[in-house]
Amino acid sequence: MRARSKILLGLLVAASAHTLLAQGSALTVPKTVEAGAGFSIQCAGSGKATLYIIGTGQVLKREVQLGETTLFPAGSLYNAGRYLAVLAGGATGTGEFDVVPAHQPANLSFLARPSRLQVGLHDGITGAVYVFDAYENLITVPTQVSFELSGPSGIAQTRSATTRDGAAWTAMDSSAREGTDKFVARTGGIVSTRMIGQVPGDPCSLKMNARQSGQQLELETDPVRDCSGNAVPDGTIVTFTEAYNGDESTVDVPLKRGIAKVEMPAHPGAIITVASGVALGNQIRWGR
Amino acid sequence: MLRSLVIVCTLFGAGSCVIAAQASVRVEAANLQGPRPLEEQTATAAIRDYLQSWKTLGSALEENRADLLDRDFVGSARDKLTDTIQQQSKLGIQTSYRDRAHDLQIVFYSPDGLSIELTDAAEYDVQVIDHNNVQTTQRVSARYIVVLTPAELRWRVRVFQAAAL
Repeated sequence: MRARSKILLGLLVAASAHTLLAQGSALTVPKTVEAGAGFSIQCAGSGKATLYIIGTGQVLKREVQLGETTLFPAGSLYNAGRYLAVLAGGATGTGEFDVVPAHQPANLSFLARPSRLQVGLHDGITGAVYVFDAYENLITVPTQVSFELSGPSGIAQTRSATTRDGAAWTAMDSSAREGTDKFVARTGGIVSTRMIGQVPGDPCSLKMNARQSGQQLELETDPVRDCSGNAVPDGTIVTFTEAYNGDESTVDVPLKRGIAKVEMPAHPGAIITVASGVALGNQIRWGR
Repeated sequence: MLRSLVIVCTLFGAGSCVIAAQASVRVEAANLQGPRPLEEQTATAAIRDYLQSWKTLGSALEENRADLLDRDFVGSARDKLTDTIQQQSKLGIQTSYRDRAHDLQIVFYSPDGLSIELTDAAEYDVQVIDHNNVQTTQRVSARYIVVLTPAELRWRVRVFQAAAL
């Protein structure tokens, strides 16, 4: 019991290391108190009075014995902010002090965007973090935060940033391979993870082949890929155009199993082209 | 609805000023970290909504009505103010907060556009009333760090935290 009292007193002395003689001189308040830590306030005089601790984050009221130190055990004040100490009743006095966030991060608010994007985009993925302590106070002292973007094959990119006023951000390139990557923010042993879906980009190049089948030409592309070699998703539209004798006919075909196929009339001398998005494929002049 | 008409001198010029009927407001040029440009309309709306939140805070703490907070506060800011109102009600205390001056600067606009952080060197009066007896009225100066997030119609305060200037 005596040992516990000594520990409590030790904590209180530490919390009160920087004390201020408050306005009206009846109160001596700490300059700062770490969120959740114990602290003490000295009230000069004799008799009884009421001590108020007033802030937007918390309000406390104690009946105090003047001339004695009023102890506030750990956990009394935990919301960071500016607090007024007001003594009323047997004596009057006021003081101000700050409850500051605990130094140890306990929670990261991690905003990552977008949740899905094309592969190979420079600075395409952004992440912002706010760092909080165990009482949901924003830790405003500069804090190092590391970011990692990794795919199934391992860590692709790492960045680090220092918070300013509790916030930090980073930007990452989307990787070359399609799939789901893990975007991780980490500080002081606290980890927050977001999943980022990376999908193939637009077709990079197109190549088609032609084969006659009776009065028709069977046109078929090679498997369509983006510039990183990922298969472009089925459903992507490929446009075949046949120009013959001053006329032009166009057919839009969705990719199916990675390729596009169509039949067009086999006019001797026709010029056939293929395109998808901004990618223009090869041209075939059908022989007479 | 704004209780007082706010006259914007120039929002973005360095050392520009805004004057409200009750509180003087100065808006410093934004000192942004982050890649996202901040449009003037966005900054104006965020600052307008933040200043309105002080009126809401004043009414909620004076009347001990947590329901008044819903329009302007969200997340931990709302939870903490609600707890304070409950503590006040239990103790028979009311507090009156009247903002007198704001010196504002936007310091962070997240890349996703889903949060704005600003600092406010604020001056305000706090009156403490215990069972209808005024105990004290004090002028307080503090540096607030505020994080706002967008809702359907307005920016709401998600983090509202003060420290010494």
